[in-house]
Amino acid sequence: MKTDADVKNLSEVLEFIDSFLESVNCSPKAQMQIDTSVEEIFVNIASYAYPEGKGTADIDIYLTNNNTVCIELTDSGKPFNPLANADPDTSLTASERKIGGLGIFMVKKMMDKVEYVRHDNCNKLYLYKKI
Amino acid sequence: MTIEMKKDEKSLILKIAGRLDTMSAPEMEKAVKENISGVEELVIDMEKLEYISSAGLRVLLSAQKTMNGQGSMKVINVSDTIMEIFEITGFSEIMTIK
Repeated sequence: MKTDADVKNLSEVLEFIDSFLESVNCSPKAQMQIDTSVEEIFVNIASYAYPEGKGTADIDIYLTNNNTVCIELTDSGKPFNPLANADPDTSLTASERKIGGLGIFMVKKMMDKVEYVRHDNCNKLYLYKKI
Repeated sequence: MTIEMKKDEKSLILKIAGRLDTMSAPEMEKAVKENISGVEELVIDMEKLEYISSAGLRVLLSAQKTMNGQGSMKVINVSDTIMEIFEITGFSEIMTIK
């Protein structure tokens, strides 16, 4: 699906993801982890990919072999590899912890594999998760 | 998401149900901010919470920081899936989870 990169379209994106996952009998736990990951990435695209104005996001989901789902999220915004950021230090106390920086980290932990490529002036992120 | 609130003189109980995500986190943040003054014990009941994203975690962290300065906070009735997210992110170490 293609949609405007706007946070208000998040529920539409998750409905698209959920209807696919339900059709392939995804486990509830994997579904929640996939939903959370797609939310983090989509919200990042909506918030940061197009600082100059509006843009779109493309979301695709399909089964690969080994009962694994792949979700592709593409934007044509400024080059940004979310995987290049350092992970937050999860051993710090509450007062030392910064508010934020957790989204991508959660995605990396919850998905089996995450890949980034910059291709044809687009950012493409691939999320893989066994269902 | 729905929030059910019970407030006594010094304690505040927030029962949150549904999805604590990017869309609903501001509402939760508002509920905490508007009611936290003078509270010494904050309880967040997650029995009916189905989903939490990093936006929800940010609200919890900010509430925890406030309560560290004025009392205590505990999170109760956490499901296995949400507990796993707390563990992944280290939140299980910084919050009291019962």
